[in-house]
Amino acid sequence: MEKLVIAGREFSSRLFLGTGKFNSNALMAKAIEASGTEMVTVAMKRVELEDKEDDLLTHVVRPGIQLLPNTSGVRNAEEAVFAAQMAREAFGTNWLKLEIHPDPRYLLPDSTETLKATEELVKLGFVVLPYCQADPTLCKHLEEAGAATVMPLGAPIGTNKGLQTRDFLRIIIEQANVPVVVDAGIGAPSHAAEAMEMGASACLVNTAIAVAGDPVAMAAAFKQAVEAGRMAYEAGLGLQAESMVAEASSPLTAFLNE
Amino acid sequence: MFSEELEKISWDETTERINAKTDADVRRALAKEHCDVEDFMALVSPAAAPYLEIMARLSRKYTEERFGKTISMFIPLYLTNSCTNSCVYCGFHISNPMRRTILTEEEIVNEYKAIKKLAPFENLLMVTGENPAKAGVPYLARALDLAKPYFSNLKIEVMPLKAEEYAELKGHGMNGVICFQETYNKAHYNIYHPRGMKSKFEWRLNGFDRMGQAGVHSIGMGVLIGLEKEWRTDVTMMACHLRYLQKHYWRTKYSVNFPRMRPSENGGFQPNVVMSDRELAQVTFAMRIFDHDVDISYSTRESAAFRDHMATLGVTTMSAESKTEPGGYFTYPQALEQFHVSDERTAAEVEAALRRVGREPVWKDWDASFDLKSYA
Repeated sequence: MEKLVIAGREFSSRLFLGTGKFNSNALMAKAIEASGTEMVTVAMKRVELEDKEDDLLTHVVRPGIQLLPNTSGVRNAEEAVFAAQMAREAFGTNWLKLEIHPDPRYLLPDSTETLKATEELVKLGFVVLPYCQADPTLCKHLEEAGAATVMPLGAPIGTNKGLQTRDFLRIIIEQANVPVVVDAGIGAPSHAAEAMEMGASACLVNTAIAVAGDPVAMAAAFKQAVEAGRMAYEAGLGLQAESMVAEASSPLTAFLNE
Repeated sequence: MFSEELEKISWDETTERINAKTDADVRRALAKEHCDVEDFMALVSPAAAPYLEIMARLSRKYTEERFGKTISMFIPLYLTNSCTNSCVYCGFHISNPMRRTILTEEEIVNEYKAIKKLAPFENLLMVTGENPAKAGVPYLARALDLAKPYFSNLKIEVMPLKAEEYAELKGHGMNGVICFQETYNKAHYNIYHPRGMKSKFEWRLNGFDRMGQAGVHSIGMGVLIGLEKEWRTDVTMMACHLRYLQKHYWRTKYSVNFPRMRPSENGGFQPNVVMSDRELAQVTFAMRIFDHDVDISYSTRESAAFRDHMATLGVTTMSAESKTEPGGYFTYPQALEQFHVSDERTAAEVEAALRRVGREPVWKDWDASFDLKSYA
């Protein structure tokens, strides 16, 4: 499998994990291990920034794992830029998952504020991975603003509904010059495999693992699904349409025989 | 710049890969709604020949989905045949002892008026040889200014320019640029283009990036079929170039051309390969299956009968009643043409023929007011 490169850093695993919603931090740590992930996002609002022994953080920090603080909770660009600087100080990384969702119900990303914050944060030296709508034009704007990846949603966050935005994800993947990470909505390993088969660079999964009957086993299942999907993409899918059978008659091209 | 990308693509390896494509590769490409360059290679390969009818069907389906049953009409106007290049296949070759013409302002306007009498053309393509001293950017800017009262969409097909020159011409109402790379085979490029600015392969190749950087709204590409025996490799590299440009300059609209040379009867340059109608049809279908949105343009180089058939199968843009000599519509109707026109019908006859095959000729599909504000 081809390695994923984001902002010059190589990743062997194309599965990223979220850390909310687990019923214990110990279980979360086991799931992280089973998933083989090398990138874990942590909501800075959940972490005691002053506390070096913060329970959540101590369960996440592992050698080989890129910590990705996220700004979940902020409602506009101004708050996001402020929060990002706090996160950089506290977590000791300039990597940032930018999340701006002013709407507390569906947690849908605010496109205009996300673009504005990306522009500012890139100038401030952050490696910005913005969570965003599956909007191809917005993704091009984010790329031009210097985003390290784009992270379009597959479905509303937490719904486990899969790739409801697949037609737009396909266009985003086709047009992107930065890695495309499908974030939000992935509810089953088959959804992740589908995203990877389409050519997504990685998937970010949280709810589907955290609320599974056995989160550790589910994390392992996602690991395999993401790898299988990526391998299938690299191998070239052997699709065959039923109707693609040559016909003796050639009504459209008969003129070429004249 | 695309020259860096092209360095990574070996001509010989690409040729081998195309020739190694199998029946299964073709079937896989046909079954995909969205093809990549590998699929395109399968579709232009010899292995796809038995699938021409299916390719035609798919090409028509995708074309109708995106463009409906319309053909966008344009007409070229050659402003000058003066040229400092020595392309071995071109009638405007510097050593060709012919009368050189650079249309004056008055002559240009007369040509515009004469074109408007032929048909309601709104899409004008202004063509020049390469003589920047006498027919450079200021000359083009003036010709664009003069065209505004007559046409709503102005494109140029001229020597590669600097990005700031493209930007400057945009300010004079230029909406699009057409430039043919002729061939992507760098090793052979200078055999055909031995001297003059056109001999500089990278300058021409990266001209497309400069157009994109200048925010040119519409970019036309093409390879000249007849130069390289391995035309499949050439069109594949153009497909790579198209994908590259689409990714980098995503606000731009693209068109592709497959001009093919025919054997010359008067002892001039003989093409190294002659592409059949069947092969041109295959390439056209392959391009449409590969890219549902790209404009595919056929000029009057192609015969009337072939154009009428292909108008319903993938082609979306056509010229009509073209003169390929400067001043050919009014000032100098007898001057030497750059290449021989095969479809000699009037625009009205082409229009009637398109209607007979169920296609609506569209004369105006742009408005000059859109060019007032521009991205950069």
